[in-house]
Amino acid sequence: MLDCGLDMTSTLNFLPLPLVQSPRLSNLPGWSLKDGSAFLDKELKECSGHVFVDSVPEFCLPETELIDLSTVDVILISNYHCMMALPYITEHTGFTGTVYATEPTVQIGRLLMEELVNFIERVPKAQSASLWKNKDIQRLLPSPLKDAVEVSTWRRCYTMQEVNSALSKIQLVGYSQKIELFGAVQVTPLSSGYALGSSNWIIQSHYEKVSYVSGSSLLTTHPQPMDQASLKNSDVLILTGLTQIPTANPDGMVGEFCSNLALTVRNGGNVLVPCYPSGVIYDLLECLYQYIDSAGLSNIPFYFISPVANSSLEFSQIFAEWLCHNKQTKVYLPEPPFPHAELIQTNKLKHYPSLHGDFSSDFRQPCVVFTGHPSLRFGDVVHFMELWGKSSLNTVIFTEPDFSYLEALAPYQPLAMKCIYCPIDTRLNFIQVSKLLKEVQPLHVVCPEQYTQPPPAQSHRMDLMIDCQPPAMSYRRAEVLALPFKRRYEKIEIMPELADALVPMEIKPGISLATVSAVLHTKDNKHVLQPPPRPAQPSGGKKRKRASEDIPDCKVLKPLLSGSIPVEQFVQTLEKHGFSDIKVEDTAKGHIVLLQEAETLIQIEEDSTHIICDNDEMLRVRLRDLVLKFLQKF
Amino acid sequence: MDPECSQLLPALCAVLADPRQPMVDDTCLEKLLDWFKTITEAGSSLLLLQENPCLVELLCHVLKPQDLSSRVLSFSLRLTGVFAAQEDCFQYLQGDSSLFVASAAGQLLVHILSLSMRGPAEGPPSLQADDWPPCAQKIVGHIEESLRSTATPQITQALNVLTTTFSHCHDPWTQVLWVQLHPLVAALLQKDPVPAAHSLVDLLLSVARSPGLSSSSCGLWETLAQTLSHLSPTQAGLLALGILKLQDCPQALRAQAFAVLLQPLACVLQATAQGPGPSGLLDSTAADSVTADMLLPSKAACVGLLCQTLAHLELLLPLPQRPCPWPQAPLLGAAVTLLQLCRGSGSPASDAGRQLCALLLGCVRVQRAALDFLGTLSQETGPPELVTQVFAVLLEYLRSPDSSPTVLKKAFQATFRWLLSSPRTPGCSDLDSHTLLFLRELLPVLQKRLCSPCWEVRDSGLEFLTQMTRRWGGQAGFRHALLASEVPRLTEQLLRDPESYVRASAVTAMGQLSSQGLCVPPAGPEHPGSQQKSLLGELLHILSTDSEGFPRRAVMQVFTQWLRDSHADVVGDTEQFVAGVLQVAGQDLDWEVRAQGLELALVFLEQMLGPPRSHCPYAVTPPVAAPAGPLTQALQSLCRVRLFEFAFRALFDCDRPVAQKSCDLLLLLRAKTASSSSLQEPRSSPDVASVEAALQRWRAGDQAQPLGDLEPEVVLAVLRSMDLEGLRGALAESSDHVEKSPQSLLQDMLATVGILGENEADCY
Repeated sequence: MLDCGLDMTSTLNFLPLPLVQSPRLSNLPGWSLKDGSAFLDKELKECSGHVFVDSVPEFCLPETELIDLSTVDVILISNYHCMMALPYITEHTGFTGTVYATEPTVQIGRLLMEELVNFIERVPKAQSASLWKNKDIQRLLPSPLKDAVEVSTWRRCYTMQEVNSALSKIQLVGYSQKIELFGAVQVTPLSSGYALGSSNWIIQSHYEKVSYVSGSSLLTTHPQPMDQASLKNSDVLILTGLTQIPTANPDGMVGEFCSNLALTVRNGGNVLVPCYPSGVIYDLLECLYQYIDSAGLSNIPFYFISPVANSSLEFSQIFAEWLCHNKQTKVYLPEPPFPHAELIQTNKLKHYPSLHGDFSSDFRQPCVVFTGHPSLRFGDVVHFMELWGKSSLNTVIFTEPDFSYLEALAPYQPLAMKCIYCPIDTRLNFIQVSKLLKEVQPLHVVCPEQYTQPPPAQSHRMDLMIDCQPPAMSYRRAEVLALPFKRRYEKIEIMPELADALVPMEIKPGISLATVSAVLHTKDNKHVLQPPPRPAQPSGGKKRKRASEDIPDCKVLKPLLSGSIPVEQFVQTLEKHGFSDIKVEDTAKGHIVLLQEAETLIQIEEDSTHIICDNDEMLRVRLRDLVLKFLQKF
Repeated sequence: MDPECSQLLPALCAVLADPRQPMVDDTCLEKLLDWFKTITEAGSSLLLLQENPCLVELLCHVLKPQDLSSRVLSFSLRLTGVFAAQEDCFQYLQGDSSLFVASAAGQLLVHILSLSMRGPAEGPPSLQADDWPPCAQKIVGHIEESLRSTATPQITQALNVLTTTFSHCHDPWTQVLWVQLHPLVAALLQKDPVPAAHSLVDLLLSVARSPGLSSSSCGLWETLAQTLSHLSPTQAGLLALGILKLQDCPQALRAQAFAVLLQPLACVLQATAQGPGPSGLLDSTAADSVTADMLLPSKAACVGLLCQTLAHLELLLPLPQRPCPWPQAPLLGAAVTLLQLCRGSGSPASDAGRQLCALLLGCVRVQRAALDFLGTLSQETGPPELVTQVFAVLLEYLRSPDSSPTVLKKAFQATFRWLLSSPRTPGCSDLDSHTLLFLRELLPVLQKRLCSPCWEVRDSGLEFLTQMTRRWGGQAGFRHALLASEVPRLTEQLLRDPESYVRASAVTAMGQLSSQGLCVPPAGPEHPGSQQKSLLGELLHILSTDSEGFPRRAVMQVFTQWLRDSHADVVGDTEQFVAGVLQVAGQDLDWEVRAQGLELALVFLEQMLGPPRSHCPYAVTPPVAAPAGPLTQALQSLCRVRLFEFAFRALFDCDRPVAQKSCDLLLLLRAKTASSSSLQEPRSSPDVASVEAALQRWRAGDQAQPLGDLEPEVVLAVLRSMDLEGLRGALAESSDHVEKSPQSLLQDMLATVGILGENEADCY
């Protein structure tokens, strides 16, 4: 199984979970059907023309119907965002296999899961709505609830216990490490340049190579650069995890982020940045580190609020070997690789596990707050939205590309606060993809259908699609695809003593042949040629009989023939040997030599020779021997 | 030639002739050549050569095969040409591998041809080429042979020689030459690709421009038309522009040339058109043949052609002979479409359009060229719906986070030009309602740009603001919109920007805003503290403490303007203002700040004493009896602000422009006070003597001692006793005078190679 992501956009259908009791949210009117029936008004609430489920938020799991997940042997994880569904799989499906991921992926993935669990568990909500999921009722609901897919499979968040258990099934791997899977294939993670520890995977046998390219980046940000060279010579390249916002250039967006932040703060407003506790935030803090002095914002406090804020900031500093070259060299100076260490030392950046406690006493405005969750449905961000939403001086800046910012804001409407959308997605865009494909030249590209055509809203943007030769094979949800290659060869090892016994004969310069008699031993998808057992000495009846059953019959071998028959010379030879009235006919596959007098026909083809004569065995043998003269025997 | 130079010349010639000597640079050789030209123009070259045999030796020496640098060879050839122009014919050299030599040889060839045709023979030369002097015939034969050659470099050389010939010689024989060579030139067009196309274009244009040729009789127009259709679009563009610049040429050819020039843009419009039909740039028959194929083969070709086309059209627009009617609307449409394609915001319906979009997406070069072109198009109006599109696309560029700093700067410039050209309500100079609406959308963008992390963006935003304020600062609509925005406050904050260019631009912008009364008073309780200082105080602070010159210069310019405009902060106590500024500026290490200080002093002076009577303040003007009272008061005021001390210090400034400016100022002052008899004082006053003594020390470089409080009478006496005219003359000549002399040039060149022990020249 390649990756194990969790679709969190389902949570956008739910009401936010406020950390502090919100009169506004708790007094929202219940929603009733057009006919006036109000049996859903406990489950569904209306806010500014949108309907939300008033319940613990639920998540959309990976497809579980198509295959029995208990039969999955291995899960390969590409990056920490792509493992958020792991506890659902490892704990509830009978999965007994192994999960492979790099160390930073596991550590930061744990932080993300821990934060998620914490956000949801610390605001216990009694109600769990299920009535609305009834298919007959769902039909009657307004969009987008009406169109939500597979709502019956949506699940509440996992627990910390499940997280720990799931993570214990992960085996850590390093970049370029070769991992044998049942002798059948070898898998290798490669740096993908997108996040700390993020990987692309190579899955290869002796004769086939499949590359799985997930979230990758060619930009110079904090992680180790993408390893492109190792992707060369792939039979198939499975391509996914491209940028969600192909039209937004990350550099421009960072500039936009800084400008809007400065503009707000200079006007005395506060800035709220809903974000994940790891990833782009490191780059944003680095940009701000360079920018705040020049923008005269040195006195503005920056707050990072997350249950895992401290761990995230510290972890990032210790994964030196997974960082880009620049940051790696800093470690030897010795200096912290990320400048946020200095921001913390100088008290410009302060971090808190939650807005309760120390934060409330330190809190100064105007300020900049980084906090989760980017869906605006849970986490400390809910509180800040409620607190700052009423003033047009404040600004919320969306940087995470995973959620539609308009949908995220829907339950907070009407909103006076300014909203800026600066999605920063460093993953590959289509120009970079086409460069990458030119560079690594896979025989076939397999990708989601969406990548093979321009976005529906910008149908003229031919540049916003994958353009490669041969055209990419695309797949859509729940589609079963046969990858375009056949396994035609297997590698077989030959035991040394058997190899010693071979007597090769050169049949063409550079090509030698030898016959071999051996036993093919196959175990764990490995094939070995072993010497055949010596013919057993005749001994006791029963035993001998069993031995003869077990051991293949070793008959006296007929020699193998090779070479080709030059027809003209062959005819001359026939004439020499007294045959006359010889006629040669060309056929599609070779020649037919007709001995009209003898009423005999010799059919010569590339890989067979037939002598057809009427019951004259003497003649046949004579002719056979003449044919054999032209062939090599061994 | 003066004897000093004659003495230095042999050594220099020896250096030039010696390949082992390190070489003097090109500029020196060019200057040397210029000098020889002036000498030969003034007198006999023969005499010069006789008096300076070293020159002949040098020229003979370079003819020997040796390892001379091509620079010296080129120099010698040209020098020979200079002498030859007067004396005699020379053999020629052509085809040297060095470009310089080939070019010089080519020029020499033209000289020789021209001279031989002018010739010593009586009467004008025959118009029959067969009767031309053998030398000329040989040259023409050589050119013909080259034109028939299959080697492009040879063809290029022949074409270049002809280009030079037709540019410089306009005698009737050139027409004969053209008639004779024309078939060979036309034959080049039959080759595919056309060889040496660039040189061919140059030649045809030089022939077309030549007054010596009657173009119609020589088949020139036909050749031009043929060439236009044979050359690649890029090469043809250059020719088309040249044709359109010609004063008189057949209308049909002009139309063809204009069509060639417009073709790339017509392609763009065609490829992006929503429906079938002509694009509006070319008529339907021409448009049919237009395919976007010419743009699509490669990104580099497409971008190059489009940028060239835009630049050519931009050059053409302001010319009086530009084509008429001028297709303003389709051109506007094309510029807007290109800008949209570059942003990916257009929605081309055809495949060609989509491919074009993919090629141009994010292309900064085309964006810059199209924005420049769009700005130039603002000189003409356009249909309202297109103008709306223009403003929309400009706003899109100003808003886009992906606009690069240079593109953004161009977008600001184009926006300003379009705002300037936007229609005004009759009888009211204020911006019209559409423009005001646009302004309301623009200001939030400007606000954001002023906070950009990229200093170039902040800087161009401020420049744009300054331009807008200067133009519309007095108009109600603009004022209202600006004051409702955060722009003035953000600008004030940029006075403390870490980047000095931005601080300088912020100073200028704030000066302008303040002049127009558009500075916002420090905001209310939300922004406590820092902004209590007045702008004047803030600018004075920058003037006295900023570590970079640009902001300080900007402050001085603002102050000068404020004084000139009688800014409210200045008129309160002008003397204190001027005194304060002069005191700080006088100590500035940047000479431009000190010079600007003199400018400010001059404005103050004129306000006290009245403006100079003529453009030349030193012209002798008839004395006009000025009332002594006001003059005395004015001089006292000048003394109080210590203007004299400032000016006298500046007079001995180590930077010449400052000294010159001060000298001018003092001369003006002296002229102003010359008529006043009441202030005459005997020169022997002890005060005068002590001031003069102090000035002597200042001149000697010791400026420690201040002059103290001065009385007007003393100042006037000192002024009268000083030889300001002499000083002015000396300053005008100064080091430049010495440096430009040929003697200095020769000394410099010799010093470079170490022949002179000591560099006695005045190195600037």
